[in-house]
Amino acid sequence: MTAETNIELSRKAGDREAVLEVENLTVEFPTDDGVVQAVRGVSYRLAPGEAMGIVGESGSGKSVTSMAIMGLLPKTARISGSVRFRGEELLGRSENDYSSIRGKKIAMIFQDPLTSLNPVYTVGYQISEAILAHNDVSKKAAMDRAIELLAMVGIPNPSQRVNNYPHEMSGGMRQRVVIAIAMANNPDVIIADEPTTALDVTVQAQVLEALEAARAATGAALVLITHDLGVIAGHADRIGVMYAGRLVEKGTVDEVFYEPRMPYTLGLLGSLPRLDEAGRERLTPIVGAPPSLMNLPPGCPFTPRCPLAQPVCEEREPDLYVTDAPDHLSACHFHERLVGASAAQLFRPTSVDTEDITPRDLEVQP
Amino acid sequence: MTAANVVEAGAGGTAGGPGEPVLAVRDLVKHFPVRSRGLVRRTVGDVHAVCGVSFDLFGNETLGLVGESGCGKTTTGRLLLNLIKATSGEVVYAGRNLVELSPGQMRPLRRDLQLVFQDPFASLDPRMTVNEIVAEPLRIHGLFGSGTQGRDKVRELLKLVGLNPEHGNRYPHEFSGGQRQRIGIARALALRPKVLILDEPVSALDVSIQAGVINLLEDLQSELGLSYLFISHDLSVVRHIADRVAVMYLGRIVEIADKEELFTKAAHPYTQALISAIPLPDPRKERSRKRITLTGDVPSPVNPPSGCRFRTRCPKFANVLSEAERRKCVDEVPALTDRGQGHASACHYAEAIKLV
Repeated sequence: MTAETNIELSRKAGDREAVLEVENLTVEFPTDDGVVQAVRGVSYRLAPGEAMGIVGESGSGKSVTSMAIMGLLPKTARISGSVRFRGEELLGRSENDYSSIRGKKIAMIFQDPLTSLNPVYTVGYQISEAILAHNDVSKKAAMDRAIELLAMVGIPNPSQRVNNYPHEMSGGMRQRVVIAIAMANNPDVIIADEPTTALDVTVQAQVLEALEAARAATGAALVLITHDLGVIAGHADRIGVMYAGRLVEKGTVDEVFYEPRMPYTLGLLGSLPRLDEAGRERLTPIVGAPPSLMNLPPGCPFTPRCPLAQPVCEEREPDLYVTDAPDHLSACHFHERLVGASAAQLFRPTSVDTEDITPRDLEVQP
Repeated sequence: MTAANVVEAGAGGTAGGPGEPVLAVRDLVKHFPVRSRGLVRRTVGDVHAVCGVSFDLFGNETLGLVGESGCGKTTTGRLLLNLIKATSGEVVYAGRNLVELSPGQMRPLRRDLQLVFQDPFASLDPRMTVNEIVAEPLRIHGLFGSGTQGRDKVRELLKLVGLNPEHGNRYPHEFSGGQRQRIGIARALALRPKVLILDEPVSALDVSIQAGVINLLEDLQSELGLSYLFISHDLSVVRHIADRVAVMYLGRIVEIADKEELFTKAAHPYTQALISAIPLPDPRKERSRKRITLTGDVPSPVNPPSGCRFRTRCPKFANVLSEAERRKCVDEVPALTDRGQGHASACHYAEAIKLV
């Protein structure tokens, strides 16, 4: 089973109707020390109205992927592969061409609303700016629409709040303003990059509700990037797990959460403390640290941390194999061995600092 | 030294045995002055950061202190160590009220009470090697010893927190976040304390690294018989590590209970909202859950609401209570007592609900 056949398979499943198709996207940053391979062949397709979660730890390439899709990476970045929006290629467009799509067809929500909003303009001005950029309407009409949008994302007294500056609002409200800007032009795709990471849990719940409201109102598809598996469980239909610049597992949320087929995913789930489980059973951390994305060795990048690692893992990087469900893909040579396996069976509940060691070291030292 | 649960002789008096709290906090209050702008800088108001907080911390126990940003949990942690002067109230450790002690009187007691900070990048001096960082408290308290004694102690401590002692000559920037947090823990353990105040110790770490540090804290507690005050905004971590949990809102403890009680029978509407807002990494449960969403934002601690401080956002106040019942919320500060739920909560109309 090779990567190509997998792409064929998923193409048959969705065919023409995908709003966003990312194929073999690769992003490299040349630096003085060498080339950083931030994204290494990411492919996914997003059906209209669908919510897809992308999860991964810091530095796994999840943000760079979405920046590449939006054409927001610096000129030094070397991007290859293909990003198609409703069949039209986006990569390689001029800045002007990109501007007609960005904010209109594909909108983005960033992590920190304080840096994504301009402190010297009122929020109403900033929302209407997004409307006026893509529509030929009067300023008055744009401002009315801004008030309507603020109401939709659950901001109380929108007609007064529209004249506030960002510093006059709380973090949760600012993020809702950013969501209002994102939905201003009824986009087909919203990419939300860690939209609630800086927020308290009760505010996070409000913002996620606003995001759901935005999706319901615009019918947009959502790419939800986060490190919080809980947020994805509640707000995505499908999930992609990223590790070292690649998607290492893809599937519906149920498939991936209940039957992970990539040891990394299983390890992530096993290292999570659970609110819904009593008792003090030990957590199972993943030993080692994520690899440097510069001069990656051949083979699976998870090998040094993997309890299932075999010699073949060091030689050949696995493609995305189809597991028991046709859309549930896993980049592991031994994905069948994970059938019915629990994190506690594979990973050790260790407490030592494991960042410089491999699973084999743990077997020797108690 | 009378206590059975204390491992090695620290200085500064005895800790309580089982049944008697190691640290007793009574009516702790901290107001920070708000000053006017300009030359005179008159005091124009107070930030009511901590208002009448009381709890006990027992030997070999983990008390989780949870709440959202600005609720006063970090201030409480620092008040306990007398790092900031309390406005009023008592913190009793080994029969002495820490609030009244001068910095000089406090110093010997600091051997027993140590703090681990949230940000492992800001809390370690970048110009000191790890050996120096861990040795510093020993030197300050004159415990470093002569010859190889001190060095051996440092090696021992690094090993205790799961680090490779060979790396002691490295500088903090050569370590990852999880490793730095371990260094911070080694430094806090250097004086063999009895109480560790852990201020968001794992919040800055990726999950796979966080799990290792949580396991380490559990191991250290059972090995050394430590008491932890575990300050965190993450209820999942608190459910994993704590024995008892106190929930704070706007400077007050609104509910305190054994862990199981709190998560299965939360009685205060704020605790209920907090628990229901945590996303579960379980799609089926997540889809079927009912969520209590709060409206509005936390009011300013400069001018907190009268009566119950949560009433401005309380779903029960807004949707369930009658006009007469609401009066009580506005006029009367609810006491933190058991109203028939089996544990203390500060709501006039407390009602236990199972949420997870």
